[in-house]
Amino acid sequence: MGSITLKQVTKNFDEVNVIKPLDLEIKDGEFIVFVGPSGCGKSTLLRMIAGLEDTTSGNIEIDGQDATHTPPAKRGLAMVFQSYALYPHMTVRNNIAFPLKRAKVSPAEIESKIANAAKILNLTDYLDRKPGQLSGGQRQRVAIGRAIVRQPSAFLFDEPLSNLDASLRVNMRLEISELHKSLSTTMIYVTHDQVEAMTMADRIAVFNGGIIEQVGTPLELYKHPVNEFVAGFIGSPKMNFIAVPQSEDKKTVNLGIRPEHFIISQEQGTYKGTVGVIEHLGSESFLHVTLECGTTVTVKADGDCPLQYGDAIFLSAQENKTHKFDKNGLTIKTTL
Amino acid sequence: MTIKDSRRSKLIYTIAAWTISGMIFFPILWTLITSFKTESEAISATPALFAFEWTLENYSDVLSRSPYFNHFWNSVVISLGSSLLGLLIAVPAAWSMAFVQTKKTKHLLMWMLSTKMLPPVGVLIPIYLLFRDFGLLDTKLGLVIVMTLINLPIMVWMLYTYFREIPNEILEASRMDGATIGEEIFHVLLPIALPGIASTLLLNVILSWNEAFWTLILTAANAAPLTAFIASYSSPEGLFYAKLSAASAMAIVPILILGWFSQKQLVRGLSFGAVK
Repeated sequence: MGSITLKQVTKNFDEVNVIKPLDLEIKDGEFIVFVGPSGCGKSTLLRMIAGLEDTTSGNIEIDGQDATHTPPAKRGLAMVFQSYALYPHMTVRNNIAFPLKRAKVSPAEIESKIANAAKILNLTDYLDRKPGQLSGGQRQRVAIGRAIVRQPSAFLFDEPLSNLDASLRVNMRLEISELHKSLSTTMIYVTHDQVEAMTMADRIAVFNGGIIEQVGTPLELYKHPVNEFVAGFIGSPKMNFIAVPQSEDKKTVNLGIRPEHFIISQEQGTYKGTVGVIEHLGSESFLHVTLECGTTVTVKADGDCPLQYGDAIFLSAQENKTHKFDKNGLTIKTTL
Repeated sequence: MTIKDSRRSKLIYTIAAWTISGMIFFPILWTLITSFKTESEAISATPALFAFEWTLENYSDVLSRSPYFNHFWNSVVISLGSSLLGLLIAVPAAWSMAFVQTKKTKHLLMWMLSTKMLPPVGVLIPIYLLFRDFGLLDTKLGLVIVMTLINLPIMVWMLYTYFREIPNEILEASRMDGATIGEEIFHVLLPIALPGIASTLLLNVILSWNEAFWTLILTAANAAPLTAFIASYSSPEGLFYAKLSAASAMAIVPILILGWFSQKQLVRGLSFGAVK
């Protein structure tokens, strides 16, 4: 079991309200990602679920039991930290054994659990090394191993991949996703990287300024963002926003078009613009186009796009692929 | 900077360092040399550095006149005892100040340090009366208590500085792993902070060993440590420089040896918070 329910949870640091009253239901076995910019409260909420931060008001229920004031060790959760937080004076074996020893598990069972975790995480050859002798990826695997052996009801990941280099991050992302599939345990994963969120999550909760803007599957968020913030945060490169002249549409203030939803033409189109910098990624190119109205938009084009810096082009949005936002930034109608 | 310039500045720094070290060490060297002189040579108007008749007479006199080993044992008990007792109190105090900070933590730390700025003579009478009433005068236990209290602010400050260098996440991880506060401190914090704890212990042993004000006032014969032993050679009949030097040498050599062997640890511990 590993269902977690947050009911009207808030958090204040002195006078500052960092989490506004918030409700969220995390289902057993679900992989939910908390995503949002720095300082939006996502890590604070994770730490509140872990019990490392007090809850100012509201309730946190784990498997139907009120755990709001339960100490971290008694919540049955395991956490993987951004800085790995391994015990530097202990070998990998002792790091993984630490939670089991605290739980008074028999030495024979500890050995078998360590061997099992080491096998899953490819750490068998490194069990007698200390964390200082391991690479970043191996250290992160040890941290995950330490979490696995406790057989927690849920795993909490606090930006676990941000200290790794780009290629290792992709590998570890896959490993964590595979781990989730094989263990089927609830995972709550905090990141500011929307690519991690999109690729790993069953559901994503988008945070901003201490509130959850929207919760949904990655595709729901991509296709039907509820406001400009979610629309701009989900998707890479981010959505373009073009101001709509008030004479055309009184309600719509901004029009949102994703870079991949533009049609490029050299003869005609809705917007006329000049090509600026072109980023060639091989399989695709990103054009930075300055429109006549002064707005610069990012446009996704083919890898072998023949356009050059300074070329004049026309852009139009693909049919039914625009998002309209009102003066409060809320979505008016998404025509997908 | 050219290689030539860098060599020249290195030479200047080396000479300056040796000169300052020589100035600091000279009184100790002079004490050691004087301890091998006769009393008349020790007070000679033209003092000799090495060209004199070397003798061990002062040492044999001092050993026959005073129970050196009793004083030595008292010094060991008082300095080690107060440092260990101090650690027992300072570790949990520094833990809470470093990891469970409140708004008042900084003020509390400053207040603790400010007590070190008061002249000890200011509390002489109350402490003496308390010691008299509790029967602690001239007891090792009394001195252990007083030394612990005197050095506690420095111990807490030092440990607080070391603990602040340890990422809070490591301790949080242990909490998530089911460790109690005691287990968190014993299994995680202390082993990681061992260099800092060792240097705190060493520094406090040295400070307690060298402390003279309270040891001279609160002891007579039974609990008198080596500082009182040295002072006993400045008598109303006059100063016996050679014997005084021999007694001083016998008192400082043990701590000098300890300091020599632990200097690497001490320097490492004292600069722990300086470089990340």
